[in-house]
Amino acid sequence: MDLKDLYRDVILDHNRHPRNFGRIEPADGRAEGHNPLCGDRLSVFVRLEGERVADIRFEGRGCAISTASASLMTEAVKGKDRSAVRELFNKVHALLTRPGDEADAALGKLAALSGVREFPARVKCASLCWHTLNAALEHGAATISTE
Amino acid sequence: MAANVSRAAPPPFDAERVRRDFPILDTLVNGHPLVYLDSAASSQRPLAVLRAVEDYETHSHANVHRGVHALSQAATAAYEGARERVRRFINARSTREIIFVRGTTEAINLVAQAYGRPRLRAGDEILISALEHHANIVPWQMVCEQTGCTLRVAPINRRGELQLEELLGLLGPRTRLVAVAHVSNALGTVLPVKRIIEAAHAHGAVVLIDGAQAVPHTRVDVRALGADFYAFSGHKLYGPTGIGVLYGREELLAAMPPWQGGGDMILTVSFEKTTYNELPWKFEAGTPNMSGAVGLAAAMDYLESLGLEAVAAHEQRLLQLATAELARLPAIEIIGTAAHKASVLSFTMKGVHPHDLGTILDAEGIAVRTGHHCAMPVMSFFGLPATARASFGCYNTERDVASLVQALGKAREVFG
Repeated sequence: MDLKDLYRDVILDHNRHPRNFGRIEPADGRAEGHNPLCGDRLSVFVRLEGERVADIRFEGRGCAISTASASLMTEAVKGKDRSAVRELFNKVHALLTRPGDEADAALGKLAALSGVREFPARVKCASLCWHTLNAALEHGAATISTE
Repeated sequence: MAANVSRAAPPPFDAERVRRDFPILDTLVNGHPLVYLDSAASSQRPLAVLRAVEDYETHSHANVHRGVHALSQAATAAYEGARERVRRFINARSTREIIFVRGTTEAINLVAQAYGRPRLRAGDEILISALEHHANIVPWQMVCEQTGCTLRVAPINRRGELQLEELLGLLGPRTRLVAVAHVSNALGTVLPVKRIIEAAHAHGAVVLIDGAQAVPHTRVDVRALGADFYAFSGHKLYGPTGIGVLYGREELLAAMPPWQGGGDMILTVSFEKTTYNELPWKFEAGTPNMSGAVGLAAAMDYLESLGLEAVAAHEQRLLQLATAELARLPAIEIIGTAAHKASVLSFTMKGVHPHDLGTILDAEGIAVRTGHHCAMPVMSFFGLPATARASFGCYNTERDVASLVQALGKAREVFG
């Protein structure tokens, strides 16, 4: 177990300077995510153009893993359409939970999260933003919880 | 600081020898010797407890209070013997006042449902403090929903101390029940429970003390305190999980209806009428946790063999040392700086979320609790989602404090 695998430079950078941080109002979809285990909360806002995520922002406070994961996610999904977002979600999920798999090239910078799978207690920190984005896209407005 | 303990030569407390009684402390975690600083969540068990449980399971187990056969009698003797041990430990008047439960949470729920629910009605008030663990908040909220009574909360100050004058001001003719922690699990604050009990009694209110965090660190005498109910858990007292104690004054328990129905809590059952068993068995429906009770009794023997006062003094030295060491680290803020504390040191590190801190410390083999400590109102009061919490037990040493300080330095390095 090497902390450097978890806290890579990309993660630390996105934690210190989260991208797309803030709100979109009015938003076409928004959802709140909550991890009752650690008290992390975040909100995801999306603006849609047809099927395409034209803009996305998030806000909230959480650990480095949850903040960096959300920041990386907003960069990765902006401009993509729903089906591509869903595909990316599945790839991230596999990355976080399947030890040993090579990171999919399509993940780009998101591959920096691969260290998380060696720290099972932290997987939910990284996946919270994705579940929240899912809720924002599926239901328009919702609250989801990791528990 | 550590210097002012060297007064009139008390026998030196040998934590290194104590450590040898706890086999789990030899564990390597992520390649490092375990530094266990999470006793406030659950303490470890000494060999004496493990052996007492094994001995009971190996030689004495059968169901209690039932058979005439030898093992049933042995099991009953062991279980009721444990009850007498608990009575002596907290100086209750009678074993009829000692109810075995699963833990503090169940004890509080028992009082809420069997004392509170039948008696309270709209207009009545239950008074708690802003320091409480969820287990001493939610059961009362449930009673309020069930009966229409009102929950009042006495505030704390920025040091994490109960504002006693405010609490006293909230006491009045409507106050029927006061429920407060003896020691705060999130901040370590020791509450002036004797003073609170006296004041509540002057208003005719009944008082429950949540003693989960107090019993391992201080000698509790329920009669000297004047507590009406006192609840605690075995697993924070070097005993097993799944066993705890509700102490209740006999006249209160006698007047309460049973909480759960079933075997062991009855004298006779017919389809027309059932008569309930006497105290304490009236509140112990079903086959109880015999090996847990035996283990708890062994834990009390063990703690008294070390000397409760000596253990408390040792933990106080470690708490003061750790407080001084952490106060010197510029990025650390200590949360909870009450004048009177026991065992618990809650803190945050600037720029590092407690959850990340927990992972970094774990990589060094150091176990601390990170999160809201089941005390979300305390966290909101300080405007924090979470803290890291180190807590000390009889087996911790100054070396453990040094390891913590060193690992906190590493955390700063990781986060630059």
